[in-house]
Amino acid sequence: MSPYILCFLLFSVGIYGILRKRNIIKIIIGTVICEYAVNLFLIIFGYRMGGHAPIYSPDKDINNMVDPLVQALVLTAIVIGLATTALVVAVAIRIYEKYGTFDITKIRKLKG
Amino acid sequence: MLPLFVVVPLAAAFLIVILAKRFEFLSDFLSNLATGFSFILSCVLLFILSHSSLKVMVYKVGGWLPPFGVDLVIDGFSSFMLVTINIVAFMLNIFCISYMRKYSAKWKFYTLFLLMLVGMNGIVISGDIFNMFVFLEIASVASFALVAYGVEAEELEAAFKYIIMSAVASSFILLGIAFLYSYTSTLNLADIAGVLEAKGLSNVVILVNILFIMGFGLKAAIVPFHAWLPDAHPSAPAPVSSFLSGILIKALGVYVLIRIFYNIIGINRALLAVFTFLGVLSIMVGVLLALGQMDLKRLLAYHSISQVGYIILGLGLGTPLGILGGLFHLFNHSIFKSLLFLNSGAVEYSLGTRNLEEMGGLREKMPVTSSTSMAASMAISGVPPFNGFWSKLIIIVACIQVHKIGLAFWAVLGSILTLSSFMKVQKYAFFGSLKKAYQNLKEVPFSMQFAMLVLGIICVIGGILILPHFDSFFLFPAQQAVMRGLGYKGLIYSVLK
Amino acid sequence: MKESYSKQSGMTLIVKVITRLTVGLILLYGIYIALHGHLSPGGGFAGGVIIVLSFIHLMLAFGREEAFRRISKRFVSLFEGLGGLLFLIIAILGYKAGYFFYDWIIFKGKPFSLFSAGTIPLSYSAIGLKVAFGLFAIFLALITLKFKVKK
Repeated sequence: MSPYILCFLLFSVGIYGILRKRNIIKIIIGTVICEYAVNLFLIIFGYRMGGHAPIYSPDKDINNMVDPLVQALVLTAIVIGLATTALVVAVAIRIYEKYGTFDITKIRKLKG
Repeated sequence: MLPLFVVVPLAAAFLIVILAKRFEFLSDFLSNLATGFSFILSCVLLFILSHSSLKVMVYKVGGWLPPFGVDLVIDGFSSFMLVTINIVAFMLNIFCISYMRKYSAKWKFYTLFLLMLVGMNGIVISGDIFNMFVFLEIASVASFALVAYGVEAEELEAAFKYIIMSAVASSFILLGIAFLYSYTSTLNLADIAGVLEAKGLSNVVILVNILFIMGFGLKAAIVPFHAWLPDAHPSAPAPVSSFLSGILIKALGVYVLIRIFYNIIGINRALLAVFTFLGVLSIMVGVLLALGQMDLKRLLAYHSISQVGYIILGLGLGTPLGILGGLFHLFNHSIFKSLLFLNSGAVEYSLGTRNLEEMGGLREKMPVTSSTSMAASMAISGVPPFNGFWSKLIIIVACIQVHKIGLAFWAVLGSILTLSSFMKVQKYAFFGSLKKAYQNLKEVPFSMQFAMLVLGIICVIGGILILPHFDSFFLFPAQQAVMRGLGYKGLIYSVLK
Repeated sequence: MKESYSKQSGMTLIVKVITRLTVGLILLYGIYIALHGHLSPGGGFAGGVIIVLSFIHLMLAFGREEAFRRISKRFVSLFEGLGGLLFLIIAILGYKAGYFFYDWIIFKGKPFSLFSAGTIPLSYSAIGLKVAFGLFAIFLALITLKFKVKK
């Protein structure tokens, strides 16, 4: 039970970062923490009692592995998170070039 | 044949990266070839499906049987969405030949555009929930880069807002998939339906419902989650705006919602009530906020929110007529909203401004643009005999059929306000007197005219899709596929044997 | 980093000597992980990230212009597209034999050796190529951005 609660706590730290911080970079870090929390949650779901790593080698039997499907999903999700982060960081650098500041309360040209 | 929808645009995207930096015309040629090919393939698929008995096509990737392997599934609803997506993509690609001369590095645009098309085709044909998520992310990341394409200050701010909100929505969707996997221990859509039916409802399924409504509702711009759309859609270049507003919010948001809630989890009265409430809220909020706008593209973006509200209302009624109206309105909205954004793009190409107060009297100088804009405005307001009228009529009649007069009242009110809003657009932009600075305007180049004319013709004659002869191969299989509900898994398994 | 050593590009002499010794080893380790994806944990993604770390190490230690003389931008873009196309071709070749992504390698070696497990090592090396050069292109795009801040 406790790993799940800690994962949820990490997710809420990420949401707090997105909602309440004023610097753009801190908002981006909040997004990254959110995505990592969900990946961690997926991996913790795959745990089976007393299982070992899901690598098939000749001396271990295959009856007691943790779930390997979840690990494939998380590999893909990590790469997707990386692509999103790279793109939003590039956008943030260009915003600094155009607006001269990282403060999100001053970047308010679009209204209405 | 099914993977060709994903393979051909992807191969074209990679080939454009390698080859087209030296040869400028090659990027145009390859991209139009790829989208034209996928459009023709989707029409061929529609034709094949109308002659088969079960109207389902299943393709096992790699030869592995599901539930161990990944499969691609097309039924009536998927083929309907494929035709909608590919016809708009093909027309937009023809439009882009001339329009993108104003931006630099045309090959980068075509690569991103083709990647977005790959993502959307992939969502519609995938039969596996994680594959759907991966294609959703491909389309989303490509659209992030396209919204920020011309790097001005406003576009970057809009792109930043869009990216952060969309990343949070993706996290919610992934969390929902994680919970669904933990409850059913399988990822295949038909298999999830089977396990959910056997195990019954529990608290985990209710949590998954809420997470999916939040996540996919943000992608579909339903009202509590719509705040990114009025900033992101005007800032993109015009073909990208029309693709985003016409297709992306529907293929990513509405299609996945319908597929998951009707066919997999199973619909019940609580979910239908949520959908109708959100639909009516979207209609009214969208149209009321659009009344005060003077920026042409921002007005069109607010109307997108309102029209998606009509689709959700139609689909949330649950009766066969309501679903038919919702799906027909999905197709119509793709056509006329793309046409409206292309018109605004043509006006911006000639004049250089988007502000309605600076335009006037464009009707004499740009005949093609103004006539197609009149056709699209009539269609979106629901004036007969354009295609928007028929779909809105079906939705309103379906509301009255279930004795919910209040919903019909809000739908009619929204339609009247839409009409007034578009009369304002027509008066300011096309009628009236020409300003002095714009005396020697020319019409837009031929490829843009061609794209707008084709979409305008479909707007005018689109009403015939309701007639019994035509609708039996286009709309009716889509409606049946949604109405089948939980029979989806039975159909897939019977085909697989 | 670059502003304090304005005369010479890159870092001090000690860093340059160590880099010359270790960059080849890091590259080799990355290729090992990418190729042995079917036998040990890792595979294409992790191997690609380690390969690109060796390039970034080179660029950090020797400065921007020096590294650009060895690896040009066109080279990076070309290889990235090539990696993606290679993966697509591996998938399409299975199409000819019946299904997409089908295992079209006829000779499957014995298990747990390097040349076994069908198309998986080929797919992993194509993915490693694409991830490595994709990440390097992202790094180049973010580093070589010259702009003046406007107030």
